[in-house]
Amino acid sequence: MAFLKRLPSVLTTLFGISVFVFVVLRVIPGDTITSSLGIETGVLTPEQIESLRKYYGIDQPLIGQYLSWMSSFLSGDLGFSYSTGAPVWDLTKSALLVTMQLALFGTLLGVLIGISIGMFSARKPGSARDFLGQFFGLLALAIPGFVLSTTIVTVMANKFQYFPNGYEYMTPFEDLSMNLQQMLFPSLVLGIAVAAPIMRTTRSALLETVDKDFIRTAYGKGVKPRVVRLKHVLRNSLIPIVTMTGIQFGYLLGGAVIVEKIFALPGMGRQILDAINKREYATVQSSIMVFAILFVTINLITDWVYRKVDPRIK
Amino acid sequence: MSKETKAASSKDWVHYYFKSTSGVIGLILVLIMVTLSIISALNLAPIDPLEQNPVDALKGPSGTYWFGTDQFGRDIFSRSIDGMSRSLSVALLSVGIAALVGVFLGVIGGFFGGWLDGLVVRASDVIFAFPAILLALAIVNSLGNSWIDTSIAIAIVYTPIFIRVARGPVLTVKEMDYVKSVRVLGFSTPRILIRHVMPNVLAPIVVQIALSLSWAILTESGLSFLGLGTQPPDASLGLMVSEAQPLAAFAWWSLFFPSLFITVVVVGLNLVGDGLRDALDPARRSSG
Repeated sequence: MAFLKRLPSVLTTLFGISVFVFVVLRVIPGDTITSSLGIETGVLTPEQIESLRKYYGIDQPLIGQYLSWMSSFLSGDLGFSYSTGAPVWDLTKSALLVTMQLALFGTLLGVLIGISIGMFSARKPGSARDFLGQFFGLLALAIPGFVLSTTIVTVMANKFQYFPNGYEYMTPFEDLSMNLQQMLFPSLVLGIAVAAPIMRTTRSALLETVDKDFIRTAYGKGVKPRVVRLKHVLRNSLIPIVTMTGIQFGYLLGGAVIVEKIFALPGMGRQILDAINKREYATVQSSIMVFAILFVTINLITDWVYRKVDPRIK
Repeated sequence: MSKETKAASSKDWVHYYFKSTSGVIGLILVLIMVTLSIISALNLAPIDPLEQNPVDALKGPSGTYWFGTDQFGRDIFSRSIDGMSRSLSVALLSVGIAALVGVFLGVIGGFFGGWLDGLVVRASDVIFAFPAILLALAIVNSLGNSWIDTSIAIAIVYTPIFIRVARGPVLTVKEMDYVKSVRVLGFSTPRILIRHVMPNVLAPIVVQIALSLSWAILTESGLSFLGLGTQPPDASLGLMVSEAQPLAAFAWWSLFFPSLFITVVVVGLNLVGDGLRDALDPARRSSG
């Protein structure tokens, strides 16, 4: 029911996004024809240009272009790529899988690393281990993903002659072991970036919970310290951690753009980047729209998990 | 509030800030980077960042070339401080715009409410629905590659954060008795906003500015890494990392120093942000 209540606001947001994407991309100087034909555009007669514009539908007024884009988008037709002629939806389907896998692995690694280091730090606030944990958090926050990726690529390929991303990309269905190897480093880079804020949130949430009366009670009645830390303290600190993870998931989708490029993964980020460089309106527009829908969906899911974790939230 | 108590309380938070070691370290790191940028902006760099010395290509760090040279024999130290000054300019301009526009919209929306507020909140939701770098990428691609275009793109991305940060406290403050009473006294709305509402939302905004500066630097270097920011031969930290990719295996300095610069300034700004947050928030002082 909570979902239905949020539906109108979600729909307005998505409508706003579609208008925004459409407007931003229309500001781009140079249109599809000049970009797909290059300097050959110069030899075309005005009539030929006119008929090409008609063919691509960019002779119509903006409102008309927007409406025709939206109506076909909603019926599942995302247009087609000007350069290869392939339907955008076919490209998007495989790219979406890559990015989702990357985002999922990145988040899992991030949560694992972040919560562990957060717990490690919070055991004794102000101690050397706390300092070490916080120092890791700060570095993970400050070292850009592209620096970390470039360093990993250099060290792995040159010192260890190991670079699975140098081979052609394999989906998990074609070659699972290869796929996992190709996903390892990119997920790690994203995971480390996500771990930093999760670590900070975990640390402060744990420190807050530890002071509560029911924790003292648990220790007092003789529950093992390990059990208290995992079942009582961590369990009751989960809400801010879940929220932070949800927020970071979105960041991760953005980080995927750079990481996919460096590790040669054919995901959504790279698809959008390539399409932007080739000025393919249809591909960019529809891909960004798919991306935004994904993002909004993830926010809804976070919200749902949030309610599951804490039944007090109505 | 009299002049004396105001002065005392501001001195108080400065004093508190300097008591925190990490805050001081952060400030020192940021000041070092700012100084280097100014040196570069005044053309006082030891070697012209664009000057090519093919004979000295890919030399390691030495007395002449402190950070070594790149594949064209250009001095990496001079290029790094030049890149830093570009990154900081973009960060300052973009966060400046985002803070001004965002705080204005947030305060107006929060204070007046109604359809105006609804519109502001909806618009920021829309921008929030994009991953930052993706949005910046699309906008930069529409606008162009100059540093002003990059700044505008980053400003658009970060404006909603300032809207939220300013709007929240305004919603609380406008219901407070002291604001209600000056309204009853018939003070003009701009005066109430500037003299009575703004001072109470300033602290979170100042903290947000420090943190946003660090994000802006990361976004700027990410964009130029992707080839969508500063164009060669001009120096930019992101572009230098990207150009170092094929060289790093045998010329570690080409990757290491530009990366170090980005990391140091981002660490510094984050420490300053954390320090300001602790110093400006009385509740955190007693607990921490």
